[in-house]
Amino acid sequence: MAIIERPAPGTITTPALLPGAAEITPSRTFGALKRPVASTGWKSWVFTVDHKKLGIMYGALAMFFFIVGGIEALLIRLQLAAPDGKVLNADLYNQMFTMHATTMVFLFVMPMASAFANYFIPLQIGARDVAFPRINAFGFWCLLAGGIIINLSWFLGGAADGGWFMYAPNSGPVFSPSHGVDFWALGLQITGIASLTGAINLIVTVLNMRAPGMTLMKVPVFTWMATVVQFLLLFAMPVITVALFLLMFQRVFGAQFFDVAAGADPLLWQHLFWIFGHPEVYILVLPSFGIISEVLPVFSRKPLFGYPFVVFSGAAIGFVGWGVWAHHMFASGLGPVSVAVFSVATMAIAVPTGVKIINWTLTMWGGKLVFTTAMKYAIGLVFLFTVGGLSGVTHSIAPSDTQQTDTYYIVAHFHYVLFGGAILGLFSGMYYWWPKMFGKMLSERLGSWNFWLTVIGMNLTFGPMHILGLQGQPRRMYVWTEARAGEGFFNLAFWNLVATVGSFVLALGVLLFIINVWVTARKKELAPLDPWNARSLEWMTSNPPKEHNFDAIPHVAHLDEFFHRKYEEDTSTHSMKQVATAEKVLEDLERNPDTNIHMPSPSYWPIVLAFSLIPIALGLIYSIPVAIVGGAILLYAMYGWSLEPSVAEESDYEAGHNGHGAHHG
Amino acid sequence: MATDTHIHSESQTGDHAEHGMSTRGYVNIAIILALITALEVATYYVDFGPFFLPSLIIMMVAKFVIVVSYFMHLKFDNKIFSFLFYSGLVLAIGVYVAFLATFHFFIR
Amino acid sequence: MADTTHAHHTSTGQSNVKLGMWMFLGSECLLFGGLISTYLLYRGRVSEGPTPSQIFDIPFTSVSSFVLLMSSLTMVLAVSAAAKKDDRGTNLWLVVTAMLGATFVGGQVYEFTAFYNEGLGFTTSLFGSSFYTLTGFHGVHVTVGIIMLLALVAINKRSKVPGSKAETVEMLGLYWHFVDIIWIIIFTLVYLIPV
Repeated sequence: MAIIERPAPGTITTPALLPGAAEITPSRTFGALKRPVASTGWKSWVFTVDHKKLGIMYGALAMFFFIVGGIEALLIRLQLAAPDGKVLNADLYNQMFTMHATTMVFLFVMPMASAFANYFIPLQIGARDVAFPRINAFGFWCLLAGGIIINLSWFLGGAADGGWFMYAPNSGPVFSPSHGVDFWALGLQITGIASLTGAINLIVTVLNMRAPGMTLMKVPVFTWMATVVQFLLLFAMPVITVALFLLMFQRVFGAQFFDVAAGADPLLWQHLFWIFGHPEVYILVLPSFGIISEVLPVFSRKPLFGYPFVVFSGAAIGFVGWGVWAHHMFASGLGPVSVAVFSVATMAIAVPTGVKIINWTLTMWGGKLVFTTAMKYAIGLVFLFTVGGLSGVTHSIAPSDTQQTDTYYIVAHFHYVLFGGAILGLFSGMYYWWPKMFGKMLSERLGSWNFWLTVIGMNLTFGPMHILGLQGQPRRMYVWTEARAGEGFFNLAFWNLVATVGSFVLALGVLLFIINVWVTARKKELAPLDPWNARSLEWMTSNPPKEHNFDAIPHVAHLDEFFHRKYEEDTSTHSMKQVATAEKVLEDLERNPDTNIHMPSPSYWPIVLAFSLIPIALGLIYSIPVAIVGGAILLYAMYGWSLEPSVAEESDYEAGHNGHGAHHG
Repeated sequence: MATDTHIHSESQTGDHAEHGMSTRGYVNIAIILALITALEVATYYVDFGPFFLPSLIIMMVAKFVIVVSYFMHLKFDNKIFSFLFYSGLVLAIGVYVAFLATFHFFIR
Repeated sequence: MADTTHAHHTSTGQSNVKLGMWMFLGSECLLFGGLISTYLLYRGRVSEGPTPSQIFDIPFTSVSSFVLLMSSLTMVLAVSAAAKKDDRGTNLWLVVTAMLGATFVGGQVYEFTAFYNEGLGFTTSLFGSSFYTLTGFHGVHVTVGIIMLLALVAINKRSKVPGSKAETVEMLGLYWHFVDIIWIIIFTLVYLIPV
């Protein structure tokens, strides 16, 4: 039934303002083109402000960059498979590991987490969209613009080659004369805008747009963890912004910030980068912690053990994470007092993480486990992240870290926590939420192969790196020789080869995921509404959810509200018995739909504004007049945006009824 | 939404819920700020001795808090705004003081 | 800044835009904190060119600090007027605020030009680089604020919807005051405390 008021396609609509007010026509709102109102076709994606479409776009872009970053990794492993590798020369090798990390961190993991956050936060809290839908769209297009800028460098004189942490003065004009670092820095500033605006958007959404009755301690754990992540982004992004500005001022204008001869201290860059960089790694992993906190209870047929502990430990990780950054700098000459302080702080942060591991384990304990692919990935995270966490604890002991730092032991650690932690969690989310997003179930058979090949491949690749590191193989060395390889069980040659083979097994595993997606897209079978017998509100919708998410915004009385609508406690047996199916719950919800739902309308200003940043960035590298033209487009787009109402059709409606969508943005 | 006009003295806490103090009240705050600024500038001309640094810091903080609390209305608004802003501020101070400390900035 | 003709229900009872703005200001503390810390680290490192005490003109800067401080007063009067739906008063005070801001920026430009002529360039020394970066970022923030103030006046004038711009003016006010308090910090830490 049509309960959303929408103009017939193709007509211009002008908002009816209060009597006596002037009509706003396209020419008076500065736009040269009519406001887009298409609801199908490519325009409905390019100009969308719908959080679900944007979530899918974030996810698709992230998967693309996962493959790009993966290819970069395979090239690195090919180079290191044998002594005196000839696959990549030193210069290209430096570019490869820099871009591999940059792509994986900024263009894969963060956007993929954004994909889930964008898609599911509004659904999980019973909202119809985010607080600022156009800013949401703007964020996605900024990500694309930034990703393009960063990667253009491959074709325009070489990519950035200073490592993803880009230490200055090495990354300054003297030692990195090509434009690679400029593309990198400017591209990251642009993606940083996406992160910062997205953070503000999602925090306001979670604070302000929860369904009636949903107190903060009834909010699902994924939304909680994602919200902690947004706070981390809110406060960490400005710090790297400062670092990148200082670097660019040095490179472009000759400022002295990292010029040692003028008295500069190279540690300035390191501190600024890692003050951002450490919260960043929690930004990378917390969303996955949130995802498995949803998946584990569902497939254990038990509620999450210790919900308040899981929530508070997530917040604690976010908070304590600000106090440990210099553990990335133990060998940089900080001095014993600083080293000692940061060493102790780093040990402390293991505690809240341990709390989570305990809670997840106790969730599964005594549960009726169902080993779907999503569950396998979730359990995989609990194991493999723990391995990574343990090597992390060994780093926290500063004297021990002095041996480990800049070796493959560190590479092993962060790949276990990032791949075994962040990425396994993201895949768990894929398999869990795919039926809701796309209306079809990913194949469990292919999923099983995908999972096992990925996990085996991952362990074959990164497991040996613990040995390689402790045997002394340094990071960021483009080649190793027979002479340094050593003999016996711990020789470098054998384990490097194993790692390379492992990386291809891993690649095969990931390929199976792509194949699974492809095969699923082509099959006809649709997924049921609630295939997993899930617990939270996002499942109380159609497959996929309607544009306005909920016909009627539900009133929330419990944590795991959806579960409690399906099950009630049988007082005689003290077990939960089913009182309604998912279909019935949804039917009941739809019986009294809200009237007068106003969804925010599509707009082209977000993409115009975001893409104006591309000529600005290119202009700053090559030609200032181009940057000025970009700047003019930027100002034009900001002005046009500010004059555009968020809803294209008439905005004169009554207040006071339920079911308001987002109007701002 | 009309606001009342009272005469405010600086000792009143001014508990106007919605849209703030009267013009007179704001002017009073501005005068206080100007006086503090004058005192700050005085440190350039007059030797404050050992009180130089502490008094400058205190005056800076005082002006900061006055503008935030009264001009930005934070004192009278919902606590959530204070939480959002002051967490950023406290985090910034904590992190950057620690940063400077590693450079032995506070050791003379 | 899309306008709404009325507030709608939110879980906290507070406006989305206001929450967003305060969060943004919280994050700006990290931005300016980084620039201020960089300046403090490098303030005494003068490989060439003048030192801070040789170059600063405290009386001049005191006057422009006072101007910026007063612009906070006029801004708050604009917010007050907007709350009372007094369009003329709002626009008047917005324009005065913009003018005071422009005076401040003009003073900065004059000051920087004088410094440059006295031998302190952006690339002269670490002190120069970090001083101009910090005050430059602040100046850009003020300039953006001035542009927004004038844009708001222009938008107020052309749209016939009366007096509902109170929240937008209030948000702009928050931004403006924040820029002022950053200057309060800069004035003390950079100018008044000698190296």
